[in-house]
Amino acid sequence: MAEVLGAILLAVLTLYAVLAGADFGGGLWDLLAGGEQRGRAPRRLIDETITPVWEANHVWLIFALVIFWTGFPTAFAAVMTAAALPLWLAALGIVLRGAGFAFRKEVQGGRAEQPLGAVFAISSLLTPFFMGTVVGAVAAGRIALGARHTTLSVWTNPTSLLVGGLFVAVCAYLAAVYLIGEAIAREDQPHARYFSRRAAGAGTLAGALSLAALAELRHSDHALFHQLTGRALALVLLAGACGLGVLALLALARTRGLRALGRARGLRALAALGVAAVIWGWGVAQKPALLPRTGLTLADGAAPHGTLVALVGVFIAAVLLVGPSLMLLFWLHGRRLLDGGGADRGTHR
Amino acid sequence: MIGVVHALGTLAAVREVVPARAQMATTLGFHIILACFGIAFPTIVLIAEYLGLKRSDEVAMTLARRWSQALGVLVAVGAVTGTVLSFEMGLLWPGLMRKYGAVIGFPFSVEGIFFFLEAIFTGIYLYGWRRLSGWAHFWSGIPVALSGILGAISVMAANSWMNTPGGFTMRAGRIVAVEPLAVFFSRSAVYEMPHMILAAYMVAGFLVASVYAVGLLRGRRDRYHRLGFAIPFVLAAALTPFQIFVGDTAARAVATDQPVKFAAMEYVAHTSRGVPEYLGGVYSGGRVYFGIEIPDLDSLLVGFSPHAKVTGWDSVAPVDRPPAPTLIHLSFDVMVGLAFVLLLAGLWALLAWRRRRALPASRWFWRLAVACGPAALVAMECGWIVTEVGRQPWVVYRLLTTAQAATTNRGVIASLSAVIVLYAVLGVATVLILRWLARRWKEGEEGEAAVPYGPPSRPPGPVAGERA
Repeated sequence: MAEVLGAILLAVLTLYAVLAGADFGGGLWDLLAGGEQRGRAPRRLIDETITPVWEANHVWLIFALVIFWTGFPTAFAAVMTAAALPLWLAALGIVLRGAGFAFRKEVQGGRAEQPLGAVFAISSLLTPFFMGTVVGAVAAGRIALGARHTTLSVWTNPTSLLVGGLFVAVCAYLAAVYLIGEAIAREDQPHARYFSRRAAGAGTLAGALSLAALAELRHSDHALFHQLTGRALALVLLAGACGLGVLALLALARTRGLRALGRARGLRALAALGVAAVIWGWGVAQKPALLPRTGLTLADGAAPHGTLVALVGVFIAAVLLVGPSLMLLFWLHGRRLLDGGGADRGTHR
Repeated sequence: MIGVVHALGTLAAVREVVPARAQMATTLGFHIILACFGIAFPTIVLIAEYLGLKRSDEVAMTLARRWSQALGVLVAVGAVTGTVLSFEMGLLWPGLMRKYGAVIGFPFSVEGIFFFLEAIFTGIYLYGWRRLSGWAHFWSGIPVALSGILGAISVMAANSWMNTPGGFTMRAGRIVAVEPLAVFFSRSAVYEMPHMILAAYMVAGFLVASVYAVGLLRGRRDRYHRLGFAIPFVLAAALTPFQIFVGDTAARAVATDQPVKFAAMEYVAHTSRGVPEYLGGVYSGGRVYFGIEIPDLDSLLVGFSPHAKVTGWDSVAPVDRPPAPTLIHLSFDVMVGLAFVLLLAGLWALLAWRRRRALPASRWFWRLAVACGPAALVAMECGWIVTEVGRQPWVVYRLLTTAQAATTNRGVIASLSAVIVLYAVLGVATVLILRWLARRWKEGEEGEAAVPYGPPSRPPGPVAGERA
């Protein structure tokens, strides 16, 4: 049962990464979109794409936190104590990103638009980076079970910093890939090309950081490296293949035109699958450890049976209730029935 | 050796528990306002949209559209401040999660589902105005209103459990079995759940009504303002008597379930019969100063007899008593007193309606109506002070102290300071954004619709008198 719940937790984290990660990546591209004139059009596309869905995507994080603390309370308390500083900064990023984004939307054309946009864009960097350092700290076995204080070395070790950077690159990569599809759906060729260039760049960077992290692990954490190239090898290779596939499709689109991508659905699925394979590769490699190097396994750290059964039940109920609702939201959004932009939203029918 | 380590740990925790409590109080006290809007505002918006669709009422429709835009801002701020609370459960209270996470986590996981549904359908409802047909759009809002209520029930299940814990078996300091249903519906859930949901409807209703009452006081007596006042006010005022009934029942139940909390609420120092009720008053050195003492009333309210026995805080050791009985008692009195002011406002409106089929004409009514919004808000916050401070020194009543639950990390004072600054800015920004929206609506009425992504056609005018 503990392993089932571990898998559920990993699934929720995967959904958070591939859905909400792209929303954070959108903020990053907003940050890099250039001056007011030059950046207006891409910013608008990003804004309209994120608006109706970011809050729903964000809830995966709440769900992950709740499953973590209910299902594996000891490990949760240890992580929250040992990695308190990066987690506070990730929470700060969440507040500033969400509030900055929602406020900017309402003051379009006002003096406050630019500063609020800057708050949104810069804070979009904070959350993925610091979340990444925490995941890196867990994977690298830096979380001590009886930790009473947070220390810098928990998350400033090379593995944590590389994973933090990787998270930022992955968010940017997913966002750019998804935005290609949005631009194609709007028959906006220039922006489809604009984001294909960026997707290729961010994808290459994410790939390079993954390889660097792998090389670093070989040096620093032989056990994890051994599992990643052993038990989890298939997933690691799948992740690499997906990344190369996306890059190949983007190169094809450059030589043969964007028509080669169709509606870019395959491209999106391939990118998301690649990211999912990385996360599951980590999970499979780390199993059965819950907190590596502490000796705490999933089974040892799990809540009593009654709680686990209830949590699995809640997850099934969530899939049945939330799944179709989310499909509806994405379907309406995909058919552009939801208005993501426009300052006069809601005042004229 | 282990004993020494434990004692040192407790000492470290005691040092951090005060700022940790202050931070939790700040973030929760702030978030709860937005939560009230998240729970109740969708219903208010939907009532306006229903009237608009059913009677082809353009004024009601305009209200619904504008309110939903304000709802969008409040829901976004509520989503992020709610996330902060989720982080704080672990960052500030790792001791609580380590020991009881497997128990208290269950209601939160149920809340996760409803938060999800709320976020999804809010996305559809808020951004579907232009392209979804009238009734389809209306129905997309129903899950928002329902999941707001069900989510509140789940969160209150967790809070109730902290007050009246049960539904688990402990062996050698470890939880070995959990009965989720018994955790979700703990003893105090029956009164805590309705008390908070009604409070949310009153806070959102009276506050929205306040905004239009200001407009009416300033002479904008058009149908837009009257309807904008009437929809939320009638809803909130109609629920007020039920809230007073639920609150009265809850107080009596607290006297049984958490007698020491109740003793602090009513200044009952010694377990005795014929206990007086104090209205107001400051407790110091065993005496109540400046309070109005009504003999036997407390016994009468608790046990329906002037001779009923009421448990005092002398029933437990001094370390197990809540701090600051004056704060708890005055908060309780303010909450109850304001509830009756709100009841009075509702009765006044009802009387005027029965006599003349119109809202009251007296300016005094409108002044009262303006005050009702802040009054409901203050009453709700006071209620939270009563229940949270009154539970101290326990985080899980009689099982785990707040000091044991607090983080052992130093420097909570830093995150507390950051939170105070951040939330002050966030609060001011939220109010400014809502005022900016109101100003733009007014300009829109004057035929100057805003241009998307363009500069405003003229600089915004002075703020005065442009709230609603």
